[in-house]
Amino acid sequence: MTGPLLELVEVSKRYGALTVADRLSLAVGDGEALGVIGPNGAGKSTMFNLITGDVRADAGAIRFAGGDVTALAPHLRCRRGIGRSYQIPHPFAKMTVFENLLVAAIYGARRGERESAARCGEVLDLTGLAAKANIPAGTLTLLERKRLELARALATEPRLLLLDEIGGGLTEHETRALVETIRAIRAAGTAIVWIEHIVHALLSVVDRLVVINFGRKLAEGEPQAVMAEPRVREVYMGIPTQ
Amino acid sequence: MRAAFRIDRGAAGRVFGLAALIAAAALASLPLWVDSGVTRLAGEMAYYLALAQLWNLLAGYAGLVSVGQQAYVGLGGYALFVLCGSLGVHPLLAIPLAGAAAAALSLPIALIVFRLRGAQFAVGTWVVAEICQLVIAQLPSLGGGSGQSLTAAVVRAIAAGRTTREMIFYWCSLAAGLAVLALVYGLLRSRIGLALTAIRDSEPASRSVGVDTFRTKLLTYVVVAFCTGAVGGLIFLQKLRISPDSGFGLQDWTVVVIFMVVIGGIGTIEGPFLGLFIYFALRQLLADYGSWYLIILGCVAVFFMLYARDGIWGWISARFGLQLFPVRRHLVRVTPARRASLDDAADPKG
Repeated sequence: MTGPLLELVEVSKRYGALTVADRLSLAVGDGEALGVIGPNGAGKSTMFNLITGDVRADAGAIRFAGGDVTALAPHLRCRRGIGRSYQIPHPFAKMTVFENLLVAAIYGARRGERESAARCGEVLDLTGLAAKANIPAGTLTLLERKRLELARALATEPRLLLLDEIGGGLTEHETRALVETIRAIRAAGTAIVWIEHIVHALLSVVDRLVVINFGRKLAEGEPQAVMAEPRVREVYMGIPTQ
Repeated sequence: MRAAFRIDRGAAGRVFGLAALIAAAALASLPLWVDSGVTRLAGEMAYYLALAQLWNLLAGYAGLVSVGQQAYVGLGGYALFVLCGSLGVHPLLAIPLAGAAAAALSLPIALIVFRLRGAQFAVGTWVVAEICQLVIAQLPSLGGGSGQSLTAAVVRAIAAGRTTREMIFYWCSLAAGLAVLALVYGLLRSRIGLALTAIRDSEPASRSVGVDTFRTKLLTYVVVAFCTGAVGGLIFLQKLRISPDSGFGLQDWTVVVIFMVVIGGIGTIEGPFLGLFIYFALRQLLADYGSWYLIILGCVAVFFMLYARDGIWGWISARFGLQLFPVRRHLVRVTPARRASLDDAADPKG
Protein backbone atom coordinates (compact mmCIF):
# COMPACT_ATOMS: atom_id res chain seq x y z
CA MET A 1 0.00 0.00 0.00
CA THR A 2 1.21 3.48 -0.80
CA GLY A 3 0.82 6.29 1.73
CA PRO A 4 0.55 5.99 5.50
CA LEU A 5 -1.82 3.61 7.32
CA LEU A 6 -3.23 6.41 9.47
CA GLU A 7 -3.22 10.08 8.59
CA LEU A 8 -4.55 13.05 10.56
CA VAL A 9 -4.79 16.21 8.48
CA GLU A 10 -5.15 19.48 10.41
CA VAL A 11 -7.62 17.96 12.89
CA SER A 12 -9.14 20.38 15.41
CA LYS A 13 -11.43 19.93 18.38
CA ARG A 14 -12.66 22.61 20.74
CA TYR A 15 -14.79 22.50 23.88
CA GLY A 16 -15.96 26.09 24.28
CA ALA A 17 -12.85 28.18 24.88
CA LEU A 18 -10.69 25.10 25.45
CA THR A 19 -8.85 23.84 22.38
CA VAL A 20 -7.92 20.17 22.84
CA ALA A 21 -6.70 19.56 19.30
CA ASP A 22 -5.30 22.42 17.27
CA ARG A 23 -4.70 21.68 13.56
CA LEU A 24 -3.05 18.42 14.52
CA SER A 25 -1.40 16.50 11.69
CA LEU A 26 0.13 13.09 12.07
CA ALA A 27 0.99 10.04 9.99
CA VAL A 28 1.60 6.45 11.03
CA GLY A 29 3.05 3.98 8.55
CA ASP A 30 1.94 0.37 8.19
CA GLY A 31 3.68 -1.69 10.88
CA GLU A 32 5.28 1.38 12.43
CA ALA A 33 5.52 2.01 16.19
CA LEU A 34 4.97 5.62 17.21
CA GLY A 35 5.43 6.94 20.73
CA VAL A 36 3.43 9.89 22.08
CA ILE A 37 4.41 11.94 25.10
CA GLY A 38 3.25 15.23 26.55
CA PRO A 39 2.20 16.80 29.85
CA ASN A 40 -1.09 15.82 31.48
CA GLY A 41 -4.01 17.48 29.73
CA ALA A 42 -2.00 18.08 26.56
CA GLY A 43 -4.64 16.34 24.42
CA LYS A 44 -3.04 12.92 23.97
CA SER A 45 -6.12 10.89 24.92
CA THR A 46 -8.28 13.32 22.92
CA MET A 47 -6.17 12.49 19.89
CA PHE A 48 -7.00 8.80 20.42
CA ASN A 49 -10.68 9.63 20.85
CA LEU A 50 -10.58 11.53 17.56
CA ILE A 51 -8.89 8.60 15.80
CA THR A 52 -11.39 6.05 17.16
CA GLY A 53 -14.45 8.26 16.67
CA ASP A 54 -15.38 8.49 20.37
CA VAL A 55 -15.03 12.24 19.76
CA ARG A 56 -15.91 13.87 16.43
CA ALA A 57 -13.48 16.36 14.93
CA ASP A 58 -14.68 19.95 14.40
CA ALA A 59 -12.38 20.38 11.42
CA GLY A 60 -9.80 18.42 9.46
CA ALA A 61 -9.71 14.91 8.04
CA ILE A 62 -8.77 11.48 9.35
CA ARG A 63 -7.79 8.81 6.85
CA PHE A 64 -7.20 5.16 7.61
CA ALA A 65 -6.03 2.40 5.25
CA GLY A 66 -6.74 4.54 2.20
CA GLY A 67 -10.28 5.61 3.22
CA ASP A 68 -11.70 8.72 4.84
CA VAL A 69 -13.01 7.80 8.32
CA THR A 70 -13.63 11.34 9.63
CA ALA A 71 -17.42 10.83 9.81
CA LEU A 72 -17.39 7.09 10.50
CA ALA A 73 -18.97 5.68 13.71
CA PRO A 74 -16.55 4.14 16.28
CA HIS A 75 -17.70 0.53 15.74
CA LEU A 76 -17.07 0.82 11.99
CA ARG A 77 -13.58 2.25 12.56
CA CYS A 78 -12.89 -0.72 14.82
CA ARG A 79 -14.00 -3.13 12.10
CA ARG A 80 -11.68 -1.39 9.64
CA GLY A 81 -8.80 -2.21 11.96
CA ILE A 82 -8.42 0.47 14.65
CA GLY A 83 -8.12 -1.15 18.09
CA ARG A 84 -7.75 0.85 21.30
CA SER A 85 -7.16 0.55 25.02
CA TYR A 86 -8.65 3.09 27.41
CA GLN A 87 -6.45 4.96 29.87
CA ILE A 88 -9.03 4.33 32.58
CA PRO A 89 -9.96 0.67 31.99
CA HIS A 90 -13.54 0.05 30.80
CA PRO A 91 -13.90 -3.70 31.38
CA PHE A 92 -17.22 -5.48 30.78
CA ALA A 93 -17.18 -6.01 34.53
CA LYS A 94 -19.79 -8.74 34.95
CA MET A 95 -18.68 -10.73 31.92
CA THR A 96 -15.77 -13.11 32.21
CA VAL A 97 -12.33 -12.12 30.92
CA PHE A 98 -12.76 -14.55 28.03
CA GLU A 99 -16.20 -13.13 27.17
CA ASN A 100 -14.68 -9.64 27.12
CA LEU A 101 -12.38 -10.84 24.35
CA LEU A 102 -15.09 -12.87 22.63
CA VAL A 103 -17.26 -9.76 22.06
CA ALA A 104 -14.24 -8.12 20.44
CA ALA A 105 -13.43 -11.14 18.25
CA ILE A 106 -17.02 -11.65 17.08
CA TYR A 107 -17.97 -8.01 16.49
CA GLY A 108 -14.61 -6.36 15.84
CA ALA A 109 -12.84 -9.08 13.86
CA ARG A 110 -16.12 -10.54 12.47
CA ARG A 111 -15.15 -14.11 13.38
CA GLY A 112 -17.32 -17.13 14.11
CA GLU A 113 -17.68 -18.27 17.69
CA ARG A 114 -15.51 -21.39 17.43
CA GLU A 115 -12.78 -19.61 15.51
CA SER A 116 -12.94 -16.79 18.07
CA ALA A 117 -12.39 -19.17 20.97
CA ALA A 118 -9.05 -20.26 19.54
CA ARG A 119 -8.01 -16.71 18.74
CA CYS A 120 -9.04 -15.38 22.19
CA GLY A 121 -7.21 -18.26 23.88
CA GLU A 122 -4.01 -17.29 22.08
CA VAL A 123 -4.41 -13.61 23.02
CA LEU A 124 -5.00 -14.60 26.67
CA ASP A 125 -1.77 -16.62 26.58
CA LEU A 126 0.14 -13.73 25.01
CA THR A 127 -1.11 -11.19 27.56
CA GLY A 128 -0.71 -13.48 30.56
CA LEU A 129 -4.41 -13.58 31.42
CA ALA A 130 -5.01 -17.27 30.63
CA ALA A 131 -5.39 -18.23 34.30
CA LYS A 132 -8.11 -15.59 34.72
CA ALA A 133 -10.08 -16.53 31.58
CA ASN A 134 -13.27 -17.62 33.29
CA ILE A 135 -13.59 -15.17 36.15
CA PRO A 136 -15.61 -11.92 36.01
CA ALA A 137 -13.51 -9.02 34.72
CA GLY A 138 -14.74 -6.87 37.59
CA THR A 139 -12.68 -8.93 40.04
CA LEU A 140 -9.38 -8.17 38.29
CA THR A 141 -6.76 -5.89 39.88
CA LEU A 142 -5.99 -2.56 38.21
CA LEU A 143 -2.89 -3.97 36.52
CA GLU A 144 -4.83 -6.96 35.21
CA ARG A 145 -7.52 -4.61 33.95
CA LYS A 146 -4.90 -2.73 31.96
CA ARG A 147 -3.74 -6.01 30.47
CA LEU A 148 -7.36 -6.81 29.66
CA GLU A 149 -7.63 -3.50 27.79
CA LEU A 150 -4.68 -4.60 25.66
CA ALA A 151 -6.03 -8.14 25.22
CA ARG A 152 -9.51 -6.99 24.23
CA ALA A 153 -8.12 -4.55 21.68
CA LEU A 154 -5.94 -7.33 20.24
CA ALA A 155 -8.94 -9.64 19.92
CA THR A 156 -10.41 -7.23 17.34
CA GLU A 157 -7.35 -8.11 15.18
CA PRO A 158 -6.35 -4.49 14.62
CA ARG A 159 -4.01 -3.20 11.92
CA LEU A 160 -3.41 -0.22 14.19
CA LEU A 161 -3.30 -0.55 17.96
CA LEU A 162 -3.73 2.54 20.14
CA LEU A 163 -2.31 2.05 23.64
CA ASP A 164 -3.15 4.67 26.27
CA GLU A 165 -0.83 4.51 29.30
CA ILE A 166 -1.06 0.79 29.86
CA GLY A 167 2.31 0.81 31.65
CA GLY A 168 1.40 3.12 34.53
CA GLY A 169 2.01 1.65 37.98
CA LEU A 170 4.00 -1.36 36.80
CA THR A 171 7.14 -2.60 38.56
CA GLU A 172 10.41 -2.70 36.62
CA HIS A 173 9.98 -6.42 36.03
CA GLU A 174 6.38 -6.05 34.85
CA THR A 175 7.37 -3.19 32.55
CA ARG A 176 9.96 -5.42 30.87
CA ALA A 177 7.33 -8.13 30.35
CA LEU A 178 4.95 -5.54 28.85
CA VAL A 179 7.66 -4.29 26.48
CA GLU A 180 8.26 -7.88 25.35
CA THR A 181 4.54 -8.35 24.68
CA ILE A 182 4.30 -5.14 22.67
CA ARG A 183 7.39 -6.11 20.67
CA ALA A 184 5.74 -9.44 19.86
CA ILE A 185 2.58 -7.66 18.69
CA ARG A 186 4.68 -5.40 16.49
CA ALA A 187 6.63 -8.31 15.08
CA ALA A 188 3.29 -9.77 13.93
CA GLY A 189 2.86 -6.68 11.72
CA THR A 190 0.53 -4.50 13.79
CA ALA A 191 1.19 -0.75 13.77
CA ILE A 192 1.23 0.80 17.24
CA VAL A 193 0.69 4.26 18.67
CA TRP A 194 1.65 4.25 22.34
CA ILE A 195 0.99 7.06 24.83
CA GLU A 196 3.21 6.49 27.84
CA HIS A 197 4.86 8.35 30.69
CA ILE A 198 7.47 5.62 31.28
CA VAL A 199 9.81 7.08 28.71
CA HIS A 200 12.52 4.41 28.81
CA ALA A 201 9.96 1.67 28.11
CA LEU A 202 8.51 3.72 25.29
CA LEU A 203 11.90 4.43 23.74
CA SER A 204 12.83 0.74 23.75
CA VAL A 205 9.91 -0.01 21.40
CA VAL A 206 9.09 2.95 19.17
CA ASP A 207 10.62 4.04 15.86
CA ARG A 208 9.48 7.61 16.13
CA LEU A 209 8.36 9.99 18.87
CA VAL A 210 5.79 12.78 18.88
CA VAL A 211 5.47 15.38 21.64
CA ILE A 212 2.06 17.01 22.12
CA ASN A 213 1.33 20.15 24.13
CA PHE A 214 -1.86 22.25 24.21
CA GLY A 215 -3.38 20.05 21.51
CA ARG A 216 -0.51 20.91 19.17
CA LYS A 217 2.44 18.92 17.89
CA LEU A 218 5.51 20.31 19.60
CA ALA A 219 8.15 18.00 18.16
CA GLU A 220 8.41 14.89 16.05
CA GLY A 221 11.18 12.62 14.89
CA GLU A 222 13.84 10.14 15.93
CA PRO A 223 13.16 9.41 19.64
CA GLN A 224 16.57 10.25 21.14
CA ALA A 225 16.85 13.44 19.08
CA VAL A 226 13.36 14.55 20.10
CA MET A 227 14.08 13.91 23.77
CA ALA A 228 17.24 16.01 23.47
CA GLU A 229 15.43 19.08 22.08
CA PRO A 230 15.45 21.94 24.59
CA ARG A 231 11.76 22.89 24.17
CA VAL A 232 10.77 19.25 24.78
CA ARG A 233 12.89 19.14 27.92
CA GLU A 234 11.31 22.36 29.06
CA VAL A 235 7.69 21.33 28.47
CA TYR A 236 7.96 17.70 29.42
CA MET A 237 10.48 17.63 32.23
CA GLY A 238 10.17 21.19 33.45
CA ILE A 239 13.82 21.95 32.72
CA PRO A 240 14.00 25.65 31.83
CA THR A 241 15.81 26.63 28.67
CA GLN A 242 18.90 28.69 29.30
CA MET B 1 0.90 -27.37 17.12
CA ARG B 2 -1.29 -24.46 18.19
CA ALA B 3 -3.12 -24.73 21.48
CA ALA B 4 -6.73 -25.77 21.04
CA PHE B 5 -9.69 -24.22 22.81
CA ARG B 6 -13.40 -24.77 22.92
CA ILE B 7 -16.37 -23.02 24.49
CA ASP B 8 -18.42 -24.63 27.25
CA ARG B 9 -21.94 -23.33 27.80
CA GLY B 10 -22.55 -24.84 31.24
CA ALA B 11 -24.26 -28.18 31.82
CA ALA B 12 -25.55 -27.42 35.33
CA GLY B 13 -28.43 -25.56 33.71
CA ARG B 14 -29.70 -28.60 31.83
CA VAL B 15 -30.97 -30.28 35.00
CA PHE B 16 -32.69 -27.04 35.83
CA GLY B 17 -34.07 -26.87 32.27
CA LEU B 18 -35.71 -30.28 32.71
CA ALA B 19 -37.14 -29.20 36.07
CA ALA B 20 -38.44 -26.01 34.43
CA LEU B 21 -40.14 -28.07 31.73
CA ILE B 22 -41.88 -30.23 34.35
CA ALA B 23 -42.88 -27.10 36.26
CA ALA B 24 -44.33 -25.58 33.07
CA ALA B 25 -46.40 -28.74 32.46
CA ALA B 26 -47.63 -28.66 36.07
CA LEU B 27 -48.55 -24.99 35.71
CA ALA B 28 -50.45 -25.69 32.50
CA SER B 29 -52.61 -28.22 34.35
CA LEU B 30 -53.33 -25.76 37.18
CA PRO B 31 -56.95 -24.86 36.21
CA LEU B 32 -57.84 -28.55 36.46
CA TRP B 33 -57.08 -28.84 40.17
CA VAL B 34 -57.32 -25.39 41.80
CA ASP B 35 -60.21 -22.92 42.03
CA SER B 36 -60.66 -20.04 39.60
CA GLY B 37 -59.36 -17.42 42.07
CA VAL B 38 -55.95 -19.10 42.26
CA THR B 39 -55.90 -19.58 38.49
CA ARG B 40 -56.62 -15.90 37.97
CA LEU B 41 -53.77 -14.94 40.32
CA ALA B 42 -51.40 -17.36 38.55
CA GLY B 43 -52.39 -15.86 35.20
CA GLU B 44 -51.69 -12.37 36.46
CA MET B 45 -48.29 -13.51 37.74
CA ALA B 46 -47.54 -15.06 34.36
CA TYR B 47 -48.13 -11.85 32.42
CA TYR B 48 -46.28 -9.83 35.03
CA LEU B 49 -43.34 -12.21 34.59
CA ALA B 50 -43.41 -11.32 30.89
CA LEU B 51 -43.52 -7.57 31.62
CA ALA B 52 -40.72 -7.85 34.18
CA GLN B 53 -38.45 -9.86 31.86
CA LEU B 54 -39.09 -7.39 29.05
CA TRP B 55 -38.34 -4.33 31.15
CA ASN B 56 -35.21 -6.03 32.47
CA LEU B 57 -34.02 -6.75 28.93
CA LEU B 58 -34.57 -3.11 28.05
CA ALA B 59 -33.17 -1.42 31.16
CA GLY B 60 -30.90 -4.08 32.62
CA TYR B 61 -29.14 -5.03 29.39
CA ALA B 62 -29.66 -2.44 26.66
CA GLY B 63 -29.32 0.39 29.21
CA LEU B 64 -32.65 1.85 28.06
CA VAL B 65 -34.19 2.83 31.40
CA SER B 66 -37.71 3.50 30.18
CA VAL B 67 -40.50 4.61 32.51
CA GLY B 68 -42.90 4.71 29.59
CA GLN B 69 -43.52 1.04 28.82
CA GLN B 70 -47.17 1.57 29.80
CA ALA B 71 -47.42 3.26 26.38
CA TYR B 72 -47.06 -0.14 24.71
CA VAL B 73 -49.38 -1.93 27.15
CA GLY B 74 -52.04 0.71 26.40
CA LEU B 75 -51.42 0.82 22.66
CA GLY B 76 -51.51 -3.00 22.52
CA GLY B 77 -54.76 -2.99 24.51
CA TYR B 78 -56.41 -0.38 22.29
CA ALA B 79 -55.13 -2.09 19.14
CA LEU B 80 -56.80 -5.30 20.30
CA PHE B 81 -60.11 -3.51 20.93
CA VAL B 82 -60.01 -1.94 17.45
CA LEU B 83 -59.02 -5.22 15.79
CA CYS B 84 -61.74 -7.24 17.54
CA GLY B 85 -64.45 -4.59 17.81
CA SER B 86 -64.23 -2.73 14.51
CA LEU B 87 -62.39 -5.10 12.20
CA GLY B 88 -63.87 -8.41 13.39
CA VAL B 89 -60.53 -10.17 13.92
CA HIS B 90 -60.65 -13.26 16.17
CA PRO B 91 -59.56 -12.17 19.70
CA LEU B 92 -56.74 -14.71 20.01
CA LEU B 93 -55.33 -13.79 16.59
CA ALA B 94 -55.63 -10.12 17.59
CA ILE B 95 -53.10 -10.60 20.43
CA PRO B 96 -49.99 -10.93 18.21
CA LEU B 97 -51.42 -8.31 15.84
CA ALA B 98 -51.71 -5.90 18.79
CA GLY B 99 -48.00 -6.55 19.37
CA ALA B 100 -47.27 -5.78 15.73
CA ALA B 101 -49.17 -2.48 16.01
CA ALA B 102 -47.18 -1.53 19.12
CA ALA B 103 -43.90 -2.45 17.39
CA ALA B 104 -44.83 -0.36 14.33
CA LEU B 105 -45.44 2.67 16.54
CA SER B 106 -42.31 2.02 18.60
CA LEU B 107 -40.03 2.64 15.63
CA PRO B 108 -40.80 6.37 15.12
CA ILE B 109 -40.98 6.79 18.92
CA ALA B 110 -37.51 5.23 19.24
CA LEU B 111 -36.04 7.61 16.69
CA ILE B 112 -37.19 10.50 18.91
CA VAL B 113 -36.38 9.19 22.40
CA PHE B 114 -33.05 7.62 21.34
CA ARG B 115 -31.74 11.17 20.97
CA LEU B 116 -31.97 11.42 24.76
CA ARG B 117 -29.60 9.86 27.29
CA GLY B 118 -29.93 8.56 30.84
CA ALA B 119 -32.41 10.44 33.00
CA GLN B 120 -33.60 12.49 30.02
CA PHE B 121 -34.41 9.26 28.17
CA ALA B 122 -36.42 8.07 31.17
CA VAL B 123 -38.42 11.29 31.33
CA GLY B 124 -38.79 11.35 27.54
CA THR B 125 -40.34 7.87 27.45
CA TRP B 126 -42.72 8.89 30.24
CA VAL B 127 -43.78 11.99 28.27
CA VAL B 128 -44.40 9.85 25.17
CA ALA B 129 -46.64 7.53 27.21
CA GLU B 130 -48.58 10.52 28.59
CA ILE B 131 -49.01 11.87 25.06
CA CYS B 132 -50.39 8.51 23.89
CA GLN B 133 -52.87 8.53 26.77
CA LEU B 134 -53.98 12.13 26.11
CA VAL B 135 -54.35 11.61 22.36
CA ILE B 136 -56.45 8.47 22.80
CA ALA B 137 -58.66 10.22 25.35
CA GLN B 138 -59.42 12.79 22.62
CA LEU B 139 -60.67 10.19 20.13
CA PRO B 140 -64.45 9.62 20.42
CA SER B 141 -64.22 6.55 18.16
CA LEU B 142 -62.09 4.83 20.84
CA GLY B 143 -64.45 5.81 23.64
CA GLY B 144 -62.72 9.06 24.59
CA GLY B 145 -61.87 9.58 28.23
CA SER B 146 -64.28 6.94 29.55
CA GLY B 147 -63.00 4.10 27.36
CA GLN B 148 -64.90 1.16 25.91
CA SER B 149 -65.92 -2.43 26.55
CA LEU B 150 -65.70 -5.50 24.36
CA THR B 151 -69.06 -6.49 22.86
CA ALA B 152 -70.76 -9.69 23.96
CA ALA B 153 -70.20 -11.18 20.49
CA VAL B 154 -66.43 -10.74 20.79
CA VAL B 155 -66.42 -12.26 24.28
CA ARG B 156 -68.42 -15.25 23.04
CA ALA B 157 -65.98 -15.70 20.13
CA ILE B 158 -63.30 -16.69 22.66
CA ALA B 159 -65.48 -19.35 24.31
CA ALA B 160 -69.15 -19.63 25.10
CA GLY B 161 -68.83 -20.54 28.77
CA ARG B 162 -67.20 -18.39 31.40
CA THR B 163 -65.17 -21.26 32.92
CA THR B 164 -63.66 -22.23 29.57
CA ARG B 165 -62.93 -18.59 28.85
CA GLU B 166 -61.07 -18.17 32.13
CA MET B 167 -59.03 -21.30 31.34
CA ILE B 168 -58.13 -19.96 27.89
CA PHE B 169 -57.12 -16.63 29.39
CA TYR B 170 -54.92 -18.41 31.90
CA TRP B 171 -53.23 -20.55 29.26
CA CYS B 172 -52.65 -17.50 27.08
CA SER B 173 -51.04 -15.65 30.01
CA LEU B 174 -48.91 -18.67 30.88
CA ALA B 175 -47.88 -19.06 27.23
CA ALA B 176 -47.00 -15.35 27.06
CA GLY B 177 -44.91 -15.55 30.25
CA LEU B 178 -43.04 -18.66 29.11
CA ALA B 179 -42.62 -17.44 25.53
CA VAL B 180 -41.10 -14.15 26.72
CA LEU B 181 -38.84 -16.03 29.14
CA ALA B 182 -37.69 -18.35 26.34
CA LEU B 183 -37.16 -15.38 24.02
CA VAL B 184 -35.08 -13.44 26.56
CA TYR B 185 -33.05 -16.52 27.47
CA GLY B 186 -32.45 -17.41 23.81
CA LEU B 187 -31.55 -13.83 22.96
CA LEU B 188 -29.08 -13.55 25.84
CA ARG B 189 -27.39 -16.83 24.89
CA SER B 190 -27.00 -15.69 21.29
CA ARG B 191 -24.44 -13.31 19.81
CA ILE B 192 -26.90 -10.45 20.26
CA GLY B 193 -26.94 -11.31 23.94
CA LEU B 194 -23.17 -11.06 24.05
CA ALA B 195 -23.41 -7.55 22.56
CA LEU B 196 -26.25 -6.59 24.92
CA THR B 197 -24.34 -7.78 27.96
CA ALA B 198 -21.32 -5.78 26.82
CA ILE B 199 -23.50 -2.68 26.35
CA ARG B 200 -24.88 -3.23 29.86
CA ASP B 201 -21.36 -3.14 31.29
CA SER B 202 -19.82 -0.34 29.18
CA GLU B 203 -21.33 1.31 26.14
CA PRO B 204 -18.20 3.18 24.95
CA ALA B 205 -16.07 0.06 25.27
CA SER B 206 -18.62 -2.00 23.28
CA ARG B 207 -18.44 0.53 20.47
CA SER B 208 -14.66 0.42 20.57
CA VAL B 209 -14.67 -3.35 19.96
CA GLY B 210 -17.03 -3.17 16.99
CA VAL B 211 -20.53 -3.49 18.50
CA ASP B 212 -23.16 -1.45 16.66
CA THR B 213 -24.78 -0.18 19.86
CA PHE B 214 -27.48 1.90 18.13
CA ARG B 215 -28.76 -1.01 16.05
CA THR B 216 -28.59 -3.46 18.94
CA LYS B 217 -30.54 -1.10 21.20
CA LEU B 218 -33.08 -0.24 18.51
CA LEU B 219 -33.70 -3.93 17.80
CA THR B 220 -34.17 -4.58 21.52
CA TYR B 221 -36.53 -1.63 21.90
CA VAL B 222 -38.74 -2.74 19.01
CA VAL B 223 -38.79 -6.42 20.04
CA VAL B 224 -39.68 -5.40 23.61
CA ALA B 225 -42.41 -3.09 22.29
CA PHE B 226 -43.87 -5.96 20.24
CA CYS B 227 -43.99 -8.30 23.23
CA THR B 228 -45.25 -5.59 25.61
CA GLY B 229 -47.99 -4.67 23.12
CA ALA B 230 -49.07 -8.30 22.76
CA VAL B 231 -49.14 -8.72 26.56
CA GLY B 232 -51.14 -5.47 26.78
CA GLY B 233 -53.66 -6.87 24.28
CA LEU B 234 -53.91 -10.05 26.32
CA ILE B 235 -54.37 -8.17 29.61
CA PHE B 236 -57.23 -6.04 28.33
CA LEU B 237 -58.86 -8.94 26.53
CA GLN B 238 -59.17 -10.53 29.99
CA LYS B 239 -60.40 -7.33 31.60
CA LEU B 240 -62.97 -6.93 28.78
CA ARG B 241 -62.76 -3.16 29.26
CA ILE B 242 -60.16 -0.47 28.58
CA SER B 243 -59.88 3.25 29.34
CA PRO B 244 -57.01 5.72 28.89
CA ASP B 245 -56.36 5.65 32.66
CA SER B 246 -56.23 1.87 32.97
CA GLY B 247 -54.47 1.24 29.64
CA PHE B 248 -51.67 3.74 30.22
CA GLY B 249 -51.43 3.32 34.00
CA LEU B 250 -47.92 4.24 35.08
CA GLN B 251 -48.24 2.47 38.42
CA ASP B 252 -49.69 -0.83 37.20
CA TRP B 253 -47.60 -1.35 34.07
CA THR B 254 -44.28 0.29 34.85
CA VAL B 255 -43.74 1.16 38.53
CA VAL B 256 -44.73 -2.31 39.78
CA VAL B 257 -42.61 -3.92 37.07
CA ILE B 258 -39.57 -1.78 37.93
CA PHE B 259 -40.10 -2.73 41.60
CA MET B 260 -39.94 -6.43 40.76
CA VAL B 261 -36.81 -6.12 38.63
CA VAL B 262 -34.92 -3.86 41.04
CA ILE B 263 -35.72 -5.94 44.13
CA GLY B 264 -34.98 -9.24 42.40
CA GLY B 265 -31.81 -8.12 40.64
CA ILE B 266 -31.55 -6.05 37.46
CA GLY B 267 -29.47 -7.42 34.60
CA THR B 268 -30.15 -11.09 35.36
CA ILE B 269 -32.89 -13.47 34.19
CA GLU B 270 -33.34 -14.93 37.68
CA GLY B 271 -33.82 -11.53 39.37
CA PRO B 272 -37.22 -10.61 37.87
CA PHE B 273 -38.48 -14.09 38.89
CA LEU B 274 -37.58 -13.51 42.53
CA GLY B 275 -38.96 -9.98 42.43
CA LEU B 276 -42.23 -11.26 40.98
CA PHE B 277 -42.79 -13.60 43.92
CA ILE B 278 -41.76 -10.98 46.48
CA TYR B 279 -44.14 -8.41 45.00
CA PHE B 280 -47.10 -10.77 44.94
CA ALA B 281 -46.34 -12.05 48.45
CA LEU B 282 -46.23 -8.46 49.77
CA ARG B 283 -49.40 -7.58 47.90
CA GLN B 284 -51.32 -10.52 49.37
CA LEU B 285 -49.93 -9.84 52.86
CA LEU B 286 -50.71 -6.13 52.82
CA ALA B 287 -54.04 -6.37 50.98
CA ASP B 288 -56.00 -5.29 54.08
CA TYR B 289 -53.92 -2.22 54.90
CA GLY B 290 -55.01 0.10 52.10
CA SER B 291 -52.45 2.68 51.07
CA TRP B 292 -49.91 1.37 53.60
CA TYR B 293 -49.30 -1.26 50.97
CA LEU B 294 -47.81 1.31 48.58
CA ILE B 295 -45.87 3.06 51.34
CA ILE B 296 -44.21 -0.21 52.40
CA LEU B 297 -43.44 -1.16 48.78
CA GLY B 298 -41.82 2.24 48.35
CA CYS B 299 -39.69 1.80 51.48
CA VAL B 300 -38.55 -1.65 50.35
CA ALA B 301 -37.59 -0.26 46.93
CA VAL B 302 -35.63 2.63 48.48
CA PHE B 303 -33.82 0.22 50.80
CA PHE B 304 -32.71 -1.95 47.88
CA MET B 305 -31.62 1.01 45.78
CA LEU B 306 -29.46 2.28 48.64
CA TYR B 307 -28.03 -0.90 50.12
CA ALA B 308 -28.43 -3.72 47.61
CA ARG B 309 -28.25 -2.31 44.11
CA ASP B 310 -27.76 -5.72 42.54
CA GLY B 311 -30.95 -7.01 44.18
CA ILE B 312 -31.49 -10.29 45.94
CA TRP B 313 -30.30 -12.42 43.05
CA GLY B 314 -27.20 -10.27 42.68
CA TRP B 315 -26.32 -11.08 46.27
CA ILE B 316 -27.06 -14.80 45.88
CA SER B 317 -25.10 -15.23 42.66
CA ALA B 318 -22.12 -13.27 44.01
CA ARG B 319 -22.07 -15.39 47.14
CA PHE B 320 -22.73 -18.82 45.70
CA GLY B 321 -21.73 -18.38 42.05
CA LEU B 322 -25.12 -19.74 41.07
CA GLN B 323 -26.65 -19.36 37.61
CA LEU B 324 -29.96 -21.07 36.85
CA PHE B 325 -30.14 -19.79 33.29
CA PRO B 326 -26.60 -20.27 32.00
CA VAL B 327 -25.83 -17.48 29.55
CA ARG B 328 -22.10 -17.49 30.17
CA ARG B 329 -19.45 -19.00 27.98
CA HIS B 330 -16.43 -20.72 29.53
CA LEU B 331 -13.16 -21.12 27.69
CA VAL B 332 -11.79 -24.64 27.98
CA ARG B 333 -8.26 -25.52 26.94
CA VAL B 334 -8.20 -28.86 25.20
CA THR B 335 -5.15 -30.66 26.61
CA PRO B 336 -2.73 -32.23 24.08
CA ALA B 337 -3.44 -35.79 25.31
CA ARG B 338 -7.16 -35.31 24.99
CA ARG B 339 -6.74 -33.63 21.66
CA ALA B 340 -4.70 -36.57 20.37
CA SER B 341 -7.42 -39.00 21.37
CA LEU B 342 -10.00 -36.81 19.64
CA ASP B 343 -7.86 -36.80 16.51
CA ASP B 344 -7.56 -40.61 16.65
CA ALA B 345 -11.30 -40.95 16.90
CA ALA B 346 -11.76 -38.66 13.92
CA ASP B 347 -9.20 -40.45 11.79
CA PRO B 348 -8.83 -44.15 12.74
CA LYS B 349 -6.22 -44.86 10.02
CA GLY B 350 -3.90 -42.30 11.63
